[in-house]
Amino acid sequence: MQSNAALEYDYSVAKLFTYTTILFGILGMLIGTLIAAQMAFPELNYLLGEYGTFSRLRPLHTNIVIFGFTLSGVWATAYYVSQRVLKVSMAESKFLMALGKIHFWLYFFGALAAVITLGMGITQSKEYAVFEWPIDVVIVLIWVIWGLSLFGLIGIRREKSLYISMWYYIATFLGIAMLYLFNNMAIPTYFASGGYGSIFHSVSVYSGTNDALVQWWYGHNAVAFGFTVPIIAMIYYFLPKESGQAIYSYKLSLLSFWGLMFVYLWAGSHHLIWSTVPDWMQTMGSIFSVVLILPSWGSAINMLLTMKGEWNQLTENPLIKLMVLASTFYMLSTIEGPIQSIKSVNAIAHFTDWIPGHVHDGVLGWVVFMIMAALFHMAPRMFKKEIYSKKLIDMQFWLQTTAIVLYFTSMWIAGITQGMMWRAVDEYGNLMYSFIDTVAVLHPYYTIRAVAGVLYLLGFFMFAYNMILTMTAAKTIDTEPQFRSPMA
Amino acid sequence: MDFKELAIYANLFMTVFLVLMLYGYIIHLYRSEKRGEKDYEKYGKIALDDEIDSKPIEEDPSAENKKEE
Repeated sequence: MQSNAALEYDYSVAKLFTYTTILFGILGMLIGTLIAAQMAFPELNYLLGEYGTFSRLRPLHTNIVIFGFTLSGVWATAYYVSQRVLKVSMAESKFLMALGKIHFWLYFFGALAAVITLGMGITQSKEYAVFEWPIDVVIVLIWVIWGLSLFGLIGIRREKSLYISMWYYIATFLGIAMLYLFNNMAIPTYFASGGYGSIFHSVSVYSGTNDALVQWWYGHNAVAFGFTVPIIAMIYYFLPKESGQAIYSYKLSLLSFWGLMFVYLWAGSHHLIWSTVPDWMQTMGSIFSVVLILPSWGSAINMLLTMKGEWNQLTENPLIKLMVLASTFYMLSTIEGPIQSIKSVNAIAHFTDWIPGHVHDGVLGWVVFMIMAALFHMAPRMFKKEIYSKKLIDMQFWLQTTAIVLYFTSMWIAGITQGMMWRAVDEYGNLMYSFIDTVAVLHPYYTIRAVAGVLYLLGFFMFAYNMILTMTAAKTIDTEPQFRSPMA
Repeated sequence: MDFKELAIYANLFMTVFLVLMLYGYIIHLYRSEKRGEKDYEKYGKIALDDEIDSKPIEEDPSAENKKEE
């Protein structure tokens, strides 16, 4: 490694992933809003023949927002943050640069193939693990390339200590690698059936309860290592950097890290409470979910305390506002999840709309807010332009915050109503309501959710517009801002 | 003892073991700072001072060796 005065960080790969974050964000949230409206107004199912039905679009929504939007955001920030905290530029290694580009393009075409096949209804029908095996192989390849890229950069670093964000990115890499491989173990139907069926379709190597257990060990930890761990990586870097305040307690961040790693992996069986899995396993899932409050709140409180003495920034800087609210929604979501995992609460909550309500206060409030704040912070440094409009961020913030509140409150009421109606029995012990009775009662709440979706999507369009104009039309800045991002 | 029972005991043992490890880690963090062996809080500055020409908080010894060569 040679010291070079003109050496700069190279953001070309981070930029590419920034574009796909915006692209997949719009696509995923657009479909999400449409299917929310379909729940309220079923005639919207027939707009595009078989391609526009709820059952076809729902996996597209979940997969595009998870593997399209969120993963792009994770990689955009990982390629940005890791260079800075390791104090090494990707431009210093042609090999790593090439690897980063291959990573992006393979991901982009893999994601396109995934979107097209899901649109055609090709799926192995495991939630969040729907892709058929040829796409799984591509995903594994993409993941290995990211690993080489991540550890390659660590290998040539100048900063000996790995900053806490790097720990979280490494955990994302290792966690998803392990989960994805185990849950997607499948045999092509052609071989499993002795020559019948398609070679491209596959069946899981697990069956029955075992399949459910592996699936939810994966499903829950996909949330852990896709929606929690890398987003914590982001907030541990971007909040201190934007505010100019070091993390309140670095020791607490280390402790929360190991706490999270230790506890999270055991909590997945809370998805199977009151099902056919062993009772002790359900109890374990329930207990570990409650214990999970500690490391989750450890990180969230650490973030809020980072702003200690600097709360004026909350009113002055909309990016701080986005990140503080993200952290607050993380706290809300991580107390709500454990509550739903308590067996008696789960008896009411399971299969109801409270569950998507919970998921969405987490993802809309925590994941999307944090990713948007991160990209806004990165934009002036990557494109050497100030952020196009501060006013637009403020408007977007309030619009989307209102949307989230409408979303989760309507789903809380809908879920609990639904759960209570399903359980209600008359004096003879007969069920009082049929399923369609609950659907009729829930209609207004589904409408509120659809409206919330439209508001949130509108906010995301404002974000995309602001980002695009930042790249193309905003005022150029000569020197890189040290902390607070410049905005017009 | 059949497999199911063994799995339950193994789970219990692992839980207790990992809880002890975690608490041990807390003690380790605070004790090593108190003894002056480590200053964990300085690592928080890595995010704040992250220019490519900034002085690393802790220099990678292998990078230093390379420079000397």
